[in-house]
Amino acid sequence: MSRRPIISVEDMSKLYQIGQFGTGALSSDLKRWWYKVRGKDDPFLVMGETNDRATGGNSNLVWALKDINFDVYEGDVVGLVGKNGAGKSTLLKVLSKVTGPTTGAIKIKGRVASMLEVGTGFHPELTGRENIFLNGTILGMTRKEVASKLDSIVDFAGVARYLDTPTKRYSSGMTVRLAFAVAAHLEPEILLVDEVLAVGDAEFQKKCIGKMGEVSNEGRTIVFVSHNLGSVKRLCKRGILLRNGQVAFQGSVDETLEKYLNSNEWSDNGQQNKITYKEKESLAHFLEIGVENGHGESKPNYRYGEKIQIALKYNIRDEARNLIVGMTLKRNGETIFLTYDTDDNEELTGKRMPGEYSVKINLPNFLKAGIYTVSTIIKEHGNYITRDEKIDAVKFTLEDFNVDTVNKSFHLDKPGIIKPSIQWQFVDYPVTV
Amino acid sequence: MKDKYWDSVITPKVPLIDLRLQEVLNYRDLLYMFVKRDIAQFYKQTVLGPLWFFIQPLLTTIVFTVVFGGMVGIKTDGIPPMLFYLAGITFWNFFSESLNKCATVYKDHQHVFGKVYFPRMVVPLSIVATNMLKLCVQFLLFIVVYIIFIFKGMPIEINGIALLFPILILLTGALGLGLGLMVTAATTKYRDLNFLVTFGVQLIMYITPIIYPLSKVPEKYQIFALINPLTGIVETFKYGFLGGETVFSWMYLLYSTVSTIICLLIGINFFNRTERNFIDVI
Repeated sequence: MSRRPIISVEDMSKLYQIGQFGTGALSSDLKRWWYKVRGKDDPFLVMGETNDRATGGNSNLVWALKDINFDVYEGDVVGLVGKNGAGKSTLLKVLSKVTGPTTGAIKIKGRVASMLEVGTGFHPELTGRENIFLNGTILGMTRKEVASKLDSIVDFAGVARYLDTPTKRYSSGMTVRLAFAVAAHLEPEILLVDEVLAVGDAEFQKKCIGKMGEVSNEGRTIVFVSHNLGSVKRLCKRGILLRNGQVAFQGSVDETLEKYLNSNEWSDNGQQNKITYKEKESLAHFLEIGVENGHGESKPNYRYGEKIQIALKYNIRDEARNLIVGMTLKRNGETIFLTYDTDDNEELTGKRMPGEYSVKINLPNFLKAGIYTVSTIIKEHGNYITRDEKIDAVKFTLEDFNVDTVNKSFHLDKPGIIKPSIQWQFVDYPVTV
Repeated sequence: MKDKYWDSVITPKVPLIDLRLQEVLNYRDLLYMFVKRDIAQFYKQTVLGPLWFFIQPLLTTIVFTVVFGGMVGIKTDGIPPMLFYLAGITFWNFFSESLNKCATVYKDHQHVFGKVYFPRMVVPLSIVATNMLKLCVQFLLFIVVYIIFIFKGMPIEINGIALLFPILILLTGALGLGLGLMVTAATTKYRDLNFLVTFGVQLIMYITPIIYPLSKVPEKYQIFALINPLTGIVETFKYGFLGGETVFSWMYLLYSTVSTIICLLIGINFFNRTERNFIDVI
């Protein structure tokens, strides 16, 4: 018998009404009814168009999701990627039955738990214990199940001492830990997770991701939405790329991320290899960020071994002290390094004269093939005031056509995030005859 | 052919009447937790705690007894005014609180509803269940006052109709639930209705024999009280426990029952049709 999916989405679409509405509903309802009486098409429904928020539409109805088709099999960990407004969260909401589809069908086998938010339904007046039970039952557990896991939940959250204190007396960190502990002890066949879950301190995020990895290792199915491509890549095996409410690509997570990163939507303004900014009133700000080769030519694609430079121009209006300029390089969404111009040049932390600055940052030659983005920042040292920040401002692609001399199959994707040229020095070896 | 493989199939279609009792039953623990939460939040951090369940209706009864019984001088069918008002208020509070709270279910719970799925019907059911619990506690108060009056020499007029009490509670709860569901479903689309609800509930109170006995209503106005399903229920309760000149008729009760059931079915249908997508428009 062939394997059957445990989630099957068939021709599913979701229509949203955007803009101001509510008070005008009665009049449009009457209009709708009048069209129906005369045997005409619904004047509102026919105008639905694809959801491209950048271009203004003529109608206030928009397809947040259009003709979505995909299957998820047992044990799959699927990452939903796409830019803001592509429909990821809406799709997750429809899957978790928070809102209904406009057309099509979704078929699900097994118990679904959705973690679109941590601590849904927590009531500040109730004690920690009562909230564990309330939150657990909201998420679909029975009281018996919660009771059997109570000790382990309390342990995980580390709130044993405050168990019978109302949660309004908890610190916000404690509340979040308790809420996550409850959610982490769900045992559904299918887990739907939104990235909002990953709001919180770094340690908490790590805990969330770790717990999800654990869940997926137990063979349960996860659908995961995130902008953090690093965690998508780490956690997921399969990927679905949404674009303007439609499935643009589905396949292995690597292929999906590749498609996403190659498309011009990867970040809203990071499509180009050079960007210029208008002058601003602020104390210090960027004027230009670009990627260029050793000859000062700006271009999007580079080869392994080619010299790559990041060219920055920034302006300082008044004499400033303690300014530092930084640059972060990310590969496929994952940070490779962060560098400041003051790292090896302590004098720069002192005074900087007003005027325009132009710098070139030489990238190291050990970068691996991939899609890179450059983020830059100007901030004040000491008080951490950010003067200007451009996240994923420019991008470039690094290709590697060098064929490994021996193991050809590994030439492109050796494990690791960098590809340094390493010297193997033979100290002693037998002499061949 | 229905595919047995899938546990749930989500489509845009909504059946006309679908109680989905099985689903609600699966979430009965959640219902229990909601009731517990609502009861607890009612008196947490108060000095008198659960005593407020008694104090509230008692105070209202005293005010009504003084104002309507004493100052205005409304006759109460030969029933001690205190008992007359207490009986009316106990029922009225149950009905109006169920209705008012159910009418704002979507608004009050939009945050939870927007984040996690469970059968939405659990919430209105828990509201009615909470109020039913309160009613039972308040009924004890009624019994205590009742016994005090018997010791003070009031003739005992309790009769077999009093046994209908559990049914009367269910009918009142169902009526409040049905009307509340209709309102909450309608307000997702037409916000304006919110403003009418307060007025509407007040209006229902005036056409229910709470502060006046039905027997004292002039014949040509009685029709207004009688189209109100609640009238038959309240009058049956008063007749069963207090007798006097209370108007009781099986016809009224039958009318109340039938209209309550119709109300409930319409309410459930409205609610089911809106629960899917209200989160998009609220």
